[in-house]
Amino acid sequence: MGHDNTHKLAIFRGTLKFKSNVQKIWGVLIFLSLITIVEVGLGIVKPAFLTENYFVGMKYLNWIFIILTLVKAYYIAWDFMHLRDEKSSLRRAIVWTGIFLICYLMFILLQEGSYIEGVKTNGYIKWNF
Amino acid sequence: MEATVSNTGTEDKVWGGGNEPLKASYGKMMMWFFLLSDALTFSGFLAAYGFSRFKFIDSWPIADEVYNHFPGSHGDNPMYFVALMTFILIASSVTMVLAVDAGHHNDKKKVTFYMFLTIIGGAIFLGSQAWEWTNFIQGSYGAVETKGGQILQFVDTNMAEGDEKMHRVSVDDFAKVSHKVRVQHESKEGLWFESEPTLPEYSVQDVVTGFNAKSNLAVRTQELMPNIERLKASGDAADAAKAARFESLYVNADKTGQKGVLTRAESERALKNAVVYVKGANLVHNEYGNRLFGDFFFFITGFHGFHVFSGVLINIIIFFNVILGTYDRRKNNYEMVEKVGLYWHFVDLVWVFVFTFFYLV
Repeated sequence: MGHDNTHKLAIFRGTLKFKSNVQKIWGVLIFLSLITIVEVGLGIVKPAFLTENYFVGMKYLNWIFIILTLVKAYYIAWDFMHLRDEKSSLRRAIVWTGIFLICYLMFILLQEGSYIEGVKTNGYIKWNF
Repeated sequence: MEATVSNTGTEDKVWGGGNEPLKASYGKMMMWFFLLSDALTFSGFLAAYGFSRFKFIDSWPIADEVYNHFPGSHGDNPMYFVALMTFILIASSVTMVLAVDAGHHNDKKKVTFYMFLTIIGGAIFLGSQAWEWTNFIQGSYGAVETKGGQILQFVDTNMAEGDEKMHRVSVDDFAKVSHKVRVQHESKEGLWFESEPTLPEYSVQDVVTGFNAKSNLAVRTQELMPNIERLKASGDAADAAKAARFESLYVNADKTGQKGVLTRAESERALKNAVVYVKGANLVHNEYGNRLFGDFFFFITGFHGFHVFSGVLINIIIFFNVILGTYDRRKNNYEMVEKVGLYWHFVDLVWVFVFTFFYLV
């Protein structure tokens, strides 16, 4: 065969263990669905204290959305794309490369975007004719 | 037997692709490299979207007001449809993992069945996206664009009991169509090298005449209302001036986070700058707000949709190969299913981010 069918069957740092790989897949689906429901719920309700308070230039609510998205991304990559079962060196080569480059890109573009916004609203440039 | 299909004859050579660094086969590792580069492409797009969004942070369209359609129902249904699309894609991701898992057990029947479900899920998603695009392109209310590229929408100032904000009014409901017909100039008439784009349904004059006849209407701009109380309390002269400006222009200056509705006098003044009537969206204009908003929507969801489309095609090819027994003969536990599976999950992964940045944030 050449292929060992060993899967790591525990998620949440070992607190939730599944009996088989198929069971784990369904478990992860339920978890991802729950997160999506929470996101949609928050998106519809939009609690005032989350939309009025800001942390580093972004509403609390948006931070929650982004963090939940990253959690979803983690479980898609780790369990659906079975990075959990790959060698850690392969995992790191894939994940860290992306994370470093994306963090840099986000920082530079968002920083510049808000700078231009500042010039536009507080500077001497007329934009609404 | 094995050697006839999957081996390359270079197994013993270190750089021949036969050995498996990091315990991943050549094909799988190359798929990961591709996915990593594709992930960077998508993050480039999304970061550019973020850039424009931060640049126009006080006037970007509100997603809930743009994507509020649900099949078979009228009125305001934000989020539900796109949430459904997300579920469909995640579900098709699950059937894909199940196919991969069945492949590890060399269960051809199950692989076939789950691949089939995955293809169906992908097709439903593509259909949903086409529906979403149709609504976006057709638009529902119409607006006018000013010389400076600002979008002016129309609302009814009479609010029903319990309404949080003023409802949008469709231009169709009040525009007075003039009888003067302006024929679109095509290249076949007059100068052969001169033509013009399709004429808008209404002229600006039609819209303005209709607007003037109805005193309950007002113009809604793109500007988002800041927290006026906080601006006043800051004690800064510039902030106080800003607050004063908002209060003199807008009737809903106290409603933080809403789009500003101009007073009647200001509405009429704003309409003097209108140059064209806009309905729905194309790559140049859109009735929702900032021009870039439409462009990014088409570009990013389009690029993602193209990925889904190619994913479905590849899945179909693999599906037939499974039926034909190609991977059974290779005796490598249906690794090809695993590789397209990686691509398919990646498409799901990207959608999770598109969902967040276009619809939630």
